[in-house]
Amino acid sequence: MVVLMMKAKRFALNKQAINLTLALALITLLSACSSEESLSLSNKSLVYCAEGSPESFNPQIITSGTTVDATANQLYNRLITFNAKDNSIKPSIAKSWHVTGDGKMVTFYLRKNIAFHHTDYFTPSRTLNADDVLFSFNRILDESHQYHQVSGGSYPFFQSVQLRSLIQEIERINDYTIRFKLHRSDSSFLANLATDFSVVLSEEYGQQLAKRNERQHIDVFPIGTGPFKLKEYKVGSLIRYYRHDQYWQGKVELEQLVFDITPSNTGRLTKLLTNECDVVSYPIAHEKIVEHPNLTLESVTSFNVAYLGFNTQKAPFNNIKVRQAIAYAINKKSIVDTIYSGKAEIAKSLLQSASWAYDDKVVDQIYSITKAKELLKEAGFENGFEMDIWAMNVQRPYNPNALTMAKLIQSDLKDIGVEVNIVSYEWATFLQRVGKGEHQTVLLGWTADHPDPDNFFTSLLSCAAVGTGNNSTLWCNEKFDELLQKALKTGNIEKRKVYYSQALAMIAQEMPLLPLAHSKRYQARSNLVRGNILSAFGGIDFSTVTKVAGGSN
Amino acid sequence: MVLLTIVSFSLSFLFPGDALINLSGQINTSPEQLIQLSENYQTENSIFMQYYSYLGHILNGDLGLSMSSQTPINTEIANLLPATIELSMVALLLSMVIGIPLGFIAAIKHNKTADNVILSVAMIGYSIPVFWLGLLAILIFSIVLSWLPSAGQISLLFEIEHVTGIQFIDILLSDNAYKWQAFQNASEHIILPACVIATAPGTIFIRLARTSMLEVLETSYIRAARAKGLTFNQIIYRHAIRNALVKIIRHVGLQFANLVTLAMVTEVIFSWPGIGRWLIESIYQRDYTSIHSGLLVLSCFIFIVHILTDFIYAALNPLARDNIHGS
Repeated sequence: MVVLMMKAKRFALNKQAINLTLALALITLLSACSSEESLSLSNKSLVYCAEGSPESFNPQIITSGTTVDATANQLYNRLITFNAKDNSIKPSIAKSWHVTGDGKMVTFYLRKNIAFHHTDYFTPSRTLNADDVLFSFNRILDESHQYHQVSGGSYPFFQSVQLRSLIQEIERINDYTIRFKLHRSDSSFLANLATDFSVVLSEEYGQQLAKRNERQHIDVFPIGTGPFKLKEYKVGSLIRYYRHDQYWQGKVELEQLVFDITPSNTGRLTKLLTNECDVVSYPIAHEKIVEHPNLTLESVTSFNVAYLGFNTQKAPFNNIKVRQAIAYAINKKSIVDTIYSGKAEIAKSLLQSASWAYDDKVVDQIYSITKAKELLKEAGFENGFEMDIWAMNVQRPYNPNALTMAKLIQSDLKDIGVEVNIVSYEWATFLQRVGKGEHQTVLLGWTADHPDPDNFFTSLLSCAAVGTGNNSTLWCNEKFDELLQKALKTGNIEKRKVYYSQALAMIAQEMPLLPLAHSKRYQARSNLVRGNILSAFGGIDFSTVTKVAGGSN
Repeated sequence: MVLLTIVSFSLSFLFPGDALINLSGQINTSPEQLIQLSENYQTENSIFMQYYSYLGHILNGDLGLSMSSQTPINTEIANLLPATIELSMVALLLSMVIGIPLGFIAAIKHNKTADNVILSVAMIGYSIPVFWLGLLAILIFSIVLSWLPSAGQISLLFEIEHVTGIQFIDILLSDNAYKWQAFQNASEHIILPACVIATAPGTIFIRLARTSMLEVLETSYIRAARAKGLTFNQIIYRHAIRNALVKIIRHVGLQFANLVTLAMVTEVIFSWPGIGRWLIESIYQRDYTSIHSGLLVLSCFIFIVHILTDFIYAALNPLARDNIHGS
């Protein structure tokens, strides 16, 4: 309307005069923004283009990698954490810890003066102490805890490692000492506490919310001790973090950290190329990024495995010879070359060569059509048979393209007379149906939560995991489980190594699943961003990241 | 308006699923809540009573909950609609400022090279599909030349408080230290999508302006003015432009509907946080409550713009004014 009025007037005036004023206005507008200002804001802030929205702001209650990336290392700290260099455990909130000789009592000595976030919705009156640790773990363990049922009462990571049946009691010795009493010794216990899921929340904040009867806010408006605090979250659009000024590990360089949620792969690439994002997750078009002078492509060997799992409860895969025959007939090298563009390690076993429990004596499954045919003949399938491969239609860190992988396997198996149908469902349904055991074979994978090798074995192949959906092979072998239990009970790393190599040999023999590849996790960033973001385990971390001058945004 | 509400109301029956849930958007209800709801919407009564209670809800500003996010739709729309209005207004202004003068030039140089060039450019501009033009613009101006950003309303680094929802006004109202920088950034962001949207209506304005100018130049009063010995410039500036403009303004309302449709597609391409993108996402997510409420609001908005332009037309044109008040 105003526009139209202006237009009407415009012709009453001299046109040239108008042009002049417009030009002047434009010049003032442009000169008003000095270049100094521009430098300062983009230097102190970083935009990360993430692939999806977090489900929650509390890593205790989720397992998705996207949520861990967005929350765990940004908002929180754990008692202990992993050393990025050698994957050993190092102190974090706990400055030191002590494990008794029988391994049944673990005492943590907490650091003093660790400040919680000061935000629009919470002002802490005290620093972190043993009450906060107690609160955080009791929420998971104690079903009668007032926060246990908030947000659904499901703690998938802790359920899968059976923390509740492991911990007998958590005892608060004094303000800065806390003791975990265990039912049995478990060598993966410390590693589990060092994962991104075992964060420490604020007890004081919990009490305040309970008083106001707003308990559900604890996972929506998070309070932690991490390097950043939440400022704003727009679902499906952005997360805005501000620096936590009293961060106990020293000053964080970035003042602002923004997660720009861009689910489209091409969208993230475009934003990277146009400088709208400084760092993007899971980039596509690797060659293009490598060629670009201002961009860097980086990768980290994350501990994961992509595998073909056989449903050992369904015919014909209840026959060990059929499983072995299929394993012989699959050409892993061509799969790794095609699907991962050769940028992954061919999986010889469930464990990666970087794991301490890796056994170099375990030989890779050889690729041999004749052997496969022989085995099929022995099993009574000389004329082949028909089978289903289930493949997901989403990109996962361990498998960028499961459907194409299924097609490659399809053509491989044609050589031994096996007809393959490829089945796919929407991701959530897919997992649900696999959990129920409706598949014949499935292309899946596993990303480790921590460097302890037990995370691969127990989660993927133990009898306890059969009902949980993690063990997609439904394979349950008592001898195998016994080996795993023995390995967990002993603290002696050499003995554990022996047990695990026996377990690996058993998998190679029984073939409940065929490991295919260990992939890398990729990330692309602008050259102006310095510092480590990716780590081998768990989520990304921006606490040590800086930006150098010279940026235009 | 009544017709619109009837259409929107009947949509809730035509969509799959329970009509009551489609209307209210409450998917996780307990049986008690469901009874309460059906009382609210009077589903037990005749269809007319149901419609009546639906109207009551709308007039009270209750459009139900979004099925996918479970937030009230009216707050979502209040957050998103201003962004669309802003984008459409800038695009409309742009298309008029560029289209109308070009049309006039074409008319003045009738049947000469300039006329032909402008007409053929207009034809091409009108024929290019907007989604293709949008992608092309991103490729050229964002990726290859890196002049302009490709997505969003403003760089996410600027934290602008949501007051009116119209970004430029909000920036000026905010006490952000980087106000001018934010203003410049927001301007950079709006250029590409606005130009893309403006292309098609702009070319229509060219042709409208050309035709109406030609008509005006044929009229007797122009001939009279010419006979009085006025120079050509005087005739054009004092008489022809004003009279030709009045005719064009009548069409602005019509073009606005076209423009909003284009804006919806463009919002998706440029990730503009407006109602068009939200509506298209709702369609993907089969969020029926959002779809029919969103359509209702958008249609009402276009309707209001139509009425407004008619008023303006009447205000500017004494002849039309007399028609309304007269006889």
